[in-house]
Amino acid sequence: MMDRAETPLNRRRFLGAAGLAGAGLAAGALPARAAEPEAVITEVQDWSRYLGEGVQAHPYGSPSKYEKDVVRRDVEWLTASRESSVNFTPLHALDGNVTPSGLAFERHHGGIADIDPAKHRLMIHGLVDRPLVFTMDDLKRFPGRVHKLYFLECAANSGMEWRGAQLNGCQFTHGMIHNVWYTGIPLRTLLEQAGVKTNAKWLLAEGGDASMMTRSIPLQKALDDCIVAWGMNGEALRPEQGYPVRLVVPGWEGNMWIKWLRRLEVGDEPWQAREETSKYTDLMADGRSRRFTFIMDAKSVVTNPSPQAPLLHKGPNVLSGIAWSGRGRIERVDVSLDGGRNWRTARLEGPVLSRSMTRFYVDFDWDGRELLVQSRAMDETGYVQPTKNELREVRGLNSIYHNNGVQTWLVHANGETENVEIS
Amino acid sequence: MSKSRKTAAIALAIGIVAPVLGLAQQQRAPSQMTPAAKSEHVAPAGAQINLGRPALPQEIAAWDIDVRPDGLGLPPGKGNVKQGEEIFLERCAACHGEFGEGAGRWPVLAGGAGSLKSDNPEKTLGSFWPYLSTSWDYIYRSMPFGNGQSLTPDETYAVVAYLLNLNDIVKEDFELSKENFASVKLPNEGAFYDDDRETAEKAFWKKNPCMENCKPEPAKVTGRARVIDVTPDSKTGPRVE
Ligand code: HEC
Repeated sequence: MMDRAETPLNRRRFLGAAGLAGAGLAAGALPARAAEPEAVITEVQDWSRYLGEGVQAHPYGSPSKYEKDVVRRDVEWLTASRESSVNFTPLHALDGNVTPSGLAFERHHGGIADIDPAKHRLMIHGLVDRPLVFTMDDLKRFPGRVHKLYFLECAANSGMEWRGAQLNGCQFTHGMIHNVWYTGIPLRTLLEQAGVKTNAKWLLAEGGDASMMTRSIPLQKALDDCIVAWGMNGEALRPEQGYPVRLVVPGWEGNMWIKWLRRLEVGDEPWQAREETSKYTDLMADGRSRRFTFIMDAKSVVTNPSPQAPLLHKGPNVLSGIAWSGRGRIERVDVSLDGGRNWRTARLEGPVLSRSMTRFYVDFDWDGRELLVQSRAMDETGYVQPTKNELREVRGLNSIYHNNGVQTWLVHANGETENVEIS
Repeated sequence: MSKSRKTAAIALAIGIVAPVLGLAQQQRAPSQMTPAAKSEHVAPAGAQINLGRPALPQEIAAWDIDVRPDGLGLPPGKGNVKQGEEIFLERCAACHGEFGEGAGRWPVLAGGAGSLKSDNPEKTLGSFWPYLSTSWDYIYRSMPFGNGQSLTPDETYAVVAYLLNLNDIVKEDFELSKENFASVKLPNEGAFYDDDRETAEKAFWKKNPCMENCKPEPAKVTGRARVIDVTPDSKTGPRVE
């Protein structure tokens, strides 16, 4: 059997996995001429002769073994323990608008809760007429079920890059995002069941995991578009995404999307929980801090080429990336190949939905010149993704969260690609 | 969102959905298939759907342990710095260090005063946190890490008193209680302000961003991730968990 590792497709995958490891370049803009007939064509291959596995070999299927490097990865030095840690979506290896469930990044503060749905309860109490307890069965019997595609971005996505380029790979610089379909009921439905009192202004959402994560959410947002969701991409939520039920807070920072949701308390003031004081507040250069910076501003990144997905060929290439905004729909994405001197407008492909990840493409011919690749997102409110330096001018270097600055990749003449900062 | 809700409401109003719901309900609980139950489904949003059950006071008390800055939610109790030190050494110091200085990469809980404008701000409950209630609430619900909700209210008061002392906010003989809790103010409270991006960053809303010759000179590389070299080595592959 022919060694599959020799095919260009597999080389691409290998280089993708190995990052910068000596990316060689396939030459020339003209299609290469084969000197010899290719054995994969002239010889009958094993897979074309012998029977493959039958049905039910994998009752729950997984990706091809040749895709084994397309996985979430973590940065071990970031945190002291894997139970309070994060890993990253392999954006460089994905396409389209939907993140496969098993590749959606994870962030936990007390590990993944193991909850039997039969034992899960969701309580609503506080400033309500009728404090209530729901089972999962109750939730699934409510009328008005919804099905929505939304991005979830951790407020700390790109947080390591405030002081300059740090990590080589969009998986690590931008991988704290996923975009999946949610099935559930509007949070509003449950609040209406309980009957919210007129002096109510805030909602506390609490998880049932070992961190008992809590966040305060303005009641207005809760009534507007939040979802109590048990489904993800057409099946049950994955345990690491909050099984059996989580909160969906469209366009707002990921930490508020309480997983393993067990309690909703209605109140008249924010609770000032640890994750809205010690964390997820934005320290400015003057030593003061912004709080309640819930909305995720418009942002984008080129996922191909990127350090883990270098350019392998001169001639025709597809530049691809993703854009999103917590304020609404992506209106336009521009791409620059010369570090922001000149821009061209990218093609948006697939549904362009409010507060959902949008895929963009630029088909281009590469002559082997060094490139400084950037993308710049614009949303329907007219917000234009700022450069990193524009952001730093307003916020300084200490804010950790909400870094939505324009990313620059330097593509070398040999196709290798690295994370850089430019003037 | 609102559109789909409207659609659902219209569908309900014209009775498309009601029979389907009725069917589902029939399969689960035939006895509830009364005309009255059916008509509840076609009621406009806000009406009772009769799902869920009343939360009992004991159940609410068991789960409602959150504490607000004004002290709402604090249980009765008290604890002093000395008691707190003992508990801390036994149950917290392995990770957070004897003086809250943090062991290894575990969080630092003390110090950092005056560091917030520096290149290396140290954000602790003394230097950064706006409200004392946050530490009480957080410790009581989730610390020690991996054994949350194991401290009693008195132990929590004591540990918080100790942390206040480590952060030079109270003296060694201080006792924290439900009664004096709201009187303890943290130094950084005034430094927080609500999200002002829509005004402070108004310049980011620009109608027609530059498309051509936007920089006088070719861009120069000023920094490279490679120099820092902290990217995980993906050649070794991920750890199998
Ligand atoms: C096994 C290690 C461990 C032990 C023991 C432990 N903690 Fe923690 N502590 C952590 C970790 C990890 C975090 C951060 C969790 C997260 O990321 O959400 C933390 C966070 C905290 C914080 C918030 C820090 C911040 O800046 O936001 C406080 C306060 C705290 N712990 C207090 C305590 C107290 C009091 C005890 C003892 C009763 C204790 N911890 C025991 C590991 C530990």
